[in-house]
Amino acid sequence: MPEVKKADDDGVQIDLISGERMESMTSMEKIRMILDGVHEGNIVILEEGLSPDEESRLIEVTMTEISPDEFNGIEIETYPQSGSTDSGLLNRLMGNDETKKLTVIGPANQIKTLHKDETLISALVSRK
Amino acid sequence: MGLITDIRDSISSLFSAQDPKRIGIYGPPNAGKTTLANRIARDWTGDAIGPESHIPHETRRARRKENVEIERNGKSVTIDVVDTPGVTTKVDYTEFLEHDMEKDDAVRRSREATEGVAEAMHWLREDVDGVLYVLDSTEDPFTQVNTMLVGIIESQDLPVLILANKTDLEGSNVRRIENAFPQHETLPLSALEGDNMDEVYDKIAEYFG
Ligand SMILES: Nc1nc2c(ncn2[C@@H]2O[C@H](COP(=O)(O)OP(=O)(O)OP(=O)(O)O)[C@@H](O)[C@H]2O)c(=O)[nH]1
Ligand SMILES: [Mg+2]
Repeated sequence: MPEVKKADDDGVQIDLISGERMESMTSMEKIRMILDGVHEGNIVILEEGLSPDEESRLIEVTMTEISPDEFNGIEIETYPQSGSTDSGLLNRLMGNDETKKLTVIGPANQIKTLHKDETLISALVSRK
Repeated sequence: MGLITDIRDSISSLFSAQDPKRIGIYGPPNAGKTTLANRIARDWTGDAIGPESHIPHETRRARRKENVEIERNGKSVTIDVVDTPGVTTKVDYTEFLEHDMEKDDAVRRSREATEGVAEAMHWLREDVDGVLYVLDSTEDPFTQVNTMLVGIIESQDLPVLILANKTDLEGSNVRRIENAFPQHETLPLSALEGDNMDEVYDKIAEYFG
């Protein structure tokens, strides 16, 4: 994240990114911002999530940055889950944008999903 | 202009009629993708595609079997079968050490795995005409990787069949997969035992023919 001081070593920094801020960014800028945050050990929360195409690129770029003993990749959870319901058509009719889903991304070695259902994500975040 | 467009259209339709559809076998690591790819290739061409293993990330490069001709009800459909590495958002080489692997080998395996997954994601955006999405039916299908991948496949408007594999195992639960992806057709099968392959071939012909 630009112009933000790094969190103390004994804390976990959480970056909450508004939909408004994401709107003006290109796909690669979003992915860079997410992965830069995650590399720093931060938890990145996106108010409005990524498009399927951006998710696919996020996986691809994450893979190219994995490095033994340094970076194991990401843990990612979205809410509500896009694929689990049959509400796609209804949502589109209602004018709801399917990409508007809260998305939590963190370093795979520091974030562990404890429980998840349609109404709750419970995650354990550990320090570096 | 009109003539050139017409010629171009007829050339491309000529090619698309002849070019076999490229069908990607996607899914999480260890779901049985290669076992299925091998069974399809053996059933219709006589030879296999690649090695299968209980250790995740056995497939680390997409492998293709071209011109697999599947015969159904007197008609035949020709497809290219692409077996891809299991998709994930994380790879930890230390997990391979538990499979009695030396550190060097584990690190190499993880590096190859990450390259393979990146390549598979790229292919999915660029080079695939249809998808067989393979899941281990003894495992929870409600994972983020499954949700994202099926979402990516849907956003590309690719025809997709969900395959609930490993129905020969005790804990197999096909219903759970049907519930996870109600918008798609789910077929149960055992790629290892060859159970229900006739229905799988019927649907492949129907979806990708
Ligand atoms: N019981 C049972 N085991 C299966 C079946 N299909 C595959 N397996 C086993 O599951 C393990 C993984 O199979 P693979 O075909 O290598 O899986 P994959 O999806 O290609 O895995 P990666 O390439 O690592 O992503 C192997 O031990 C297979 O023998 C099945 O239908 N039933
Ligand atoms: Mg494989």
